[in-house]
Amino acid sequence: MKVFRSTLVWPLVALVVLLVFNAVASPGFFHVEWKDGRLFGTVVDIFNQGARVPMLLALGMTLVIATGGVDLSVGSIMAVSGAVAAMQVNAGAPMVQAVGAGLGLATLLGLVNGVLIARVGLQPIIATLVMMVAGRGLAMLLTGSQMVPFANRSLTWLANGSVGGLPVPVVLVLGLAVVTGWVLRRTAAGLFIEATGDNEKASRLAGIQTGGVRLAVYGFSGFCAGLSGVLEAANISAADPARIGDTRELDAIFAVVAGGTALTGGRFSLAGSVVGALLLQTLTLTLYNQNVAPAVAPVPKAVVILAVCLLHSPRLRARFGKRTQPVAA
Amino acid sequence: MSELLHAEGIVKRFGSFTALKGVTFRLRAGEIHALMGENGAGKSTLIKVLTGVHEADGGTVTVAGRGIRAASPREAEAAGISTVYQEVNLLPNLSVAENILMGRQPMRGPFIRHGEVKRRARAALARLGLEVDVGALLGTFPVAVQQMTAIARALDQEARVLILDEPTSSLDARESEELFAVMRRLRDEGMGIVFVSHFLDQIYAVSDRITVLRDGALVGTWEAAGLPRLELVSHMIGKEVTAGGGDGGVISVGGAEAFRVEGLERKGTVGPLTFSVMAGEATGLAGLLGSGRTETARMLFGIDAATGGRVTAGAEAVDLGSPRAAMAAGLAFCSEDRKVEGIIPSLSVRENIVLAMQASRGVLRRVPRAEQEALAARFIAALNIRTRGPETPIGTLSGGNQQKCLLARWMAMQPRLLILDEPTRGIDVGAKAEIEALCGELRRAGMSILFISAELEEVVRNCSRVVVLRDRRQAAVLDGPAISLRTIMETVAAS
Amino acid sequence: MNRIFASRLLPLMATGLVLVALFAAAGAGYENFLSARVVLNLFKDRAFLGVVAVGMTFVILSGGIDLSVGAVMAFTTVFLAKVIGGLGWSAPVAMLAAVGIGVGFGMFQGWVIHFFRIPAFLVTLAGMFLARGMAFVVSPRSVEIRSAFYDDLGERGLPLGEGLLLTVGPLVYLVVVAAGMVVAHGTRFGRNVYALGGNEASAALMGLPVGATRVGVYALCGGCAALGGVISTLALSSGDPTRGTGLELDAIAAAVIGGTVLTGGRGWVFGTFLGVLILGTIKTILDFDGSLDPAWLRIASGGLLLGFILLQKLIARRSVS
Repeated sequence: MKVFRSTLVWPLVALVVLLVFNAVASPGFFHVEWKDGRLFGTVVDIFNQGARVPMLLALGMTLVIATGGVDLSVGSIMAVSGAVAAMQVNAGAPMVQAVGAGLGLATLLGLVNGVLIARVGLQPIIATLVMMVAGRGLAMLLTGSQMVPFANRSLTWLANGSVGGLPVPVVLVLGLAVVTGWVLRRTAAGLFIEATGDNEKASRLAGIQTGGVRLAVYGFSGFCAGLSGVLEAANISAADPARIGDTRELDAIFAVVAGGTALTGGRFSLAGSVVGALLLQTLTLTLYNQNVAPAVAPVPKAVVILAVCLLHSPRLRARFGKRTQPVAA
Repeated sequence: MSELLHAEGIVKRFGSFTALKGVTFRLRAGEIHALMGENGAGKSTLIKVLTGVHEADGGTVTVAGRGIRAASPREAEAAGISTVYQEVNLLPNLSVAENILMGRQPMRGPFIRHGEVKRRARAALARLGLEVDVGALLGTFPVAVQQMTAIARALDQEARVLILDEPTSSLDARESEELFAVMRRLRDEGMGIVFVSHFLDQIYAVSDRITVLRDGALVGTWEAAGLPRLELVSHMIGKEVTAGGGDGGVISVGGAEAFRVEGLERKGTVGPLTFSVMAGEATGLAGLLGSGRTETARMLFGIDAATGGRVTAGAEAVDLGSPRAAMAAGLAFCSEDRKVEGIIPSLSVRENIVLAMQASRGVLRRVPRAEQEALAARFIAALNIRTRGPETPIGTLSGGNQQKCLLARWMAMQPRLLILDEPTRGIDVGAKAEIEALCGELRRAGMSILFISAELEEVVRNCSRVVVLRDRRQAAVLDGPAISLRTIMETVAAS
Repeated sequence: MNRIFASRLLPLMATGLVLVALFAAAGAGYENFLSARVVLNLFKDRAFLGVVAVGMTFVILSGGIDLSVGAVMAFTTVFLAKVIGGLGWSAPVAMLAAVGIGVGFGMFQGWVIHFFRIPAFLVTLAGMFLARGMAFVVSPRSVEIRSAFYDDLGERGLPLGEGLLLTVGPLVYLVVVAAGMVVAHGTRFGRNVYALGGNEASAALMGLPVGATRVGVYALCGGCAALGGVISTLALSSGDPTRGTGLELDAIAAAVIGGTVLTGGRGWVFGTFLGVLILGTIKTILDFDGSLDPAWLRIASGGLLLGFILLQKLIARRSVS
């Protein structure tokens, strides 16, 4: 939870390296200009696009992973909330109600994940995998598998407008990150999440309601995914139930893992995940600038995730190559 | 009788800790040889060395005169040593027959001859006098049959040495008798059997000889018929019975009754138990390993549900439905398993100390940081916790200091009854004395303590009343002057 | 004995019942549904999924999961299109090479999972992105495969009379299912897979080759995924880097609906066969109807998946108590 821990150093170093590479390879990378009362430039785009999806998803995913779980359904939940918001404004609902409906349903789906995991006792991968399939189906069913275009200024403003010169998503998501961090620190929620992920049995014996903790983090993850889905739809003034959030769960896991939160649960770093999301977005943009096809972009992402996990692997850390009996304790 | 297995001067170290200090163990063909010892005696380490799970750092093992270097379970099996573990290490999702023949199935080309597998499995089980449907899944059978299956697997491997590690701990009396009949039959066929159990009655019922280990060293080997029970107990806990030690416990302060336990039991695990806990006094739970001490504590704290009886505080019944309910009733429980049930390893000393207090206050009413730090500082000083600071992860502390942090976690709750399960296990002598002194202070401050320890002297030194458990039942409640090493040991050893 | 037998096969019987009920309902609801042609088309249409699901069944039985199968299949299709069309390889050699690549890729994933003790879902999730990305590197677009061998193979098959032909794709599928049943039930490797999924520590204490079994299982699954890709090129005569999106979920769903327990150690290859038929029947019904939204396919497979997982949970809980 502490903002400055040694784990934050590595994603920052990687980010700086990428930025330096871009500064050399593509002149004007750091060019930022003020036009029509707001900032424009590549760096602003990185923040904007990074905030809209990976950073937002990573906020929820960080807490889920800190409890020792994972949420594979975030991409599908994005599609559901985007679709709901789009259909609501098309039906004449005001923006706030449309967004509220999308977020509400998304949070509910997240809570369903939580119930399946904390109460029914399913493994997190399985429960969220089911939600990944069924959630995408729900989004397509709601929309008749058709793209839902809409013309609603205030909803579009959420993704494309600006506040004090900064894009709305940046303000919104960084604000949410700060508020989340503040709430986790001001209440005992952060402590309970870390304790649950680090040693669930001992936490329960110390009186923590670990089931409630798990339920809450999956609900929050659903909420974050929902907001991200609304912003994605708002960005292009249309909700595409098949495409919104597709394969974005990997982006979220990338941001969290690269940000220094271990997949085994326990200590987490929200700040690390925010930096991890920026790293991801910069990497994506760099590949784009180097004329790597967008569809190929997952390759280097996958390689980076595997590399980070290998570095975390106790086997590799202990003594590479030493053969030991593979007997599970 | 010929010597079947001879382990000479076995040494095994784990880091700086020496688990076996040159242990010698001889097993004859055609005998049942009991291996006994309290926690940390080195029984399981010795067994793991013999079965090739651990590699010894010194000493030799010979089977039937031939030296072996069993570095893997496979090699040990090839040398004729087979083990049946307490938690049956078989596969419940496969058939009985497959479990017996797994890895050695008779083949025709690349294919398993299933008919032959079943035939051989039936043959092995028949030697044990057992007839079951070998095609049914192992998991559908009771533990007793699973254990027989494990023994049949050993027979099919033509094992000459059979190690049974606490085989009776999940069997009822009749099932245990059946197992003993099988053991005797195999002994008479010339097999050497190593038998580990905590139940004295069972040891004397089947064993020919008894070897006692203590603190990783050999105490001795005796003919079972020539070793009185009391003497066996005194060898195991390392105290001379005749040396008195009749301290008479701690004089009762005559406090009011804080909790009354009436007929509390958990079917098949422990009980029924009936005793009172006085305010300002420590009540001891004494008994050998496996006598039901920890099980009693877990039941009291609501971790395992009781199936009968009740606990009252004054006129009110205490809800033992969950640890949270127990905490609300003023109970606190310091588990014997520090690593799994106690510490949150990557969190700091401060966070570990405030955890229970924070949990009882709820998520919204956070203990202010300043209060947390004051609390941590106070306990670090009061309990003399050696840490670089309150923000050091607890996982990096020594065992004794981790234990003190956990004590602090529960002391911060100011409970009415503090259950301490083996609070001094695995920590150095200095820390032990400090923890005992601390218990004294807590008592004087009016707290009740339920004190569980395998070190009987500790129990005698600290308690005003001792509940003695034998074979998971309450054997006696000793009061004040009646508390002495001798009376406890006699009660434990009584048949 | 009877009771034990019944409870052991309960999930499989439930699966069979669902399949029969689906067919009966569809037969009552739609004219011409209950015909040999519809069934044959179902087999032809779902052959690639069936092959992939057999490999997935082995992985799940071992207690693991493989999310990379859809991407491996996609890579195989564009690989075939590229080397046959672009480089002029002979089609049989290209097919062998493709399956070989799938096996090698699976082995690598299995090795990383076993040796570094990284969760299978993460390694294969990364593997999924790796393979999908490589598919786009080979060809960013769908490519047609023109080959005399393909044309020839398309006309061959097992005649079933009345002008019905069981083509090579479904034929390979049936062979793979049969081989999978034999391997799972009748070989040491197969039994070791069940042992590994049942309890890894016990399997190791029994002296079973845990590491080799795990690597073998992922190699098998990778091979099946590639073979699924080969079959899909037979049916569609093209390679497409986007093919097989979401296939991993269908394969997992087929295995679970067929009674394979997700925590490993219990299940049947034959059950997976039934599971594939159930998913295929639902798709056929949606195709038949036309008024139903195709999104129901996903919701139905998600719902069935959850339903069968809960059924397994219930059975497990009952057998414990």
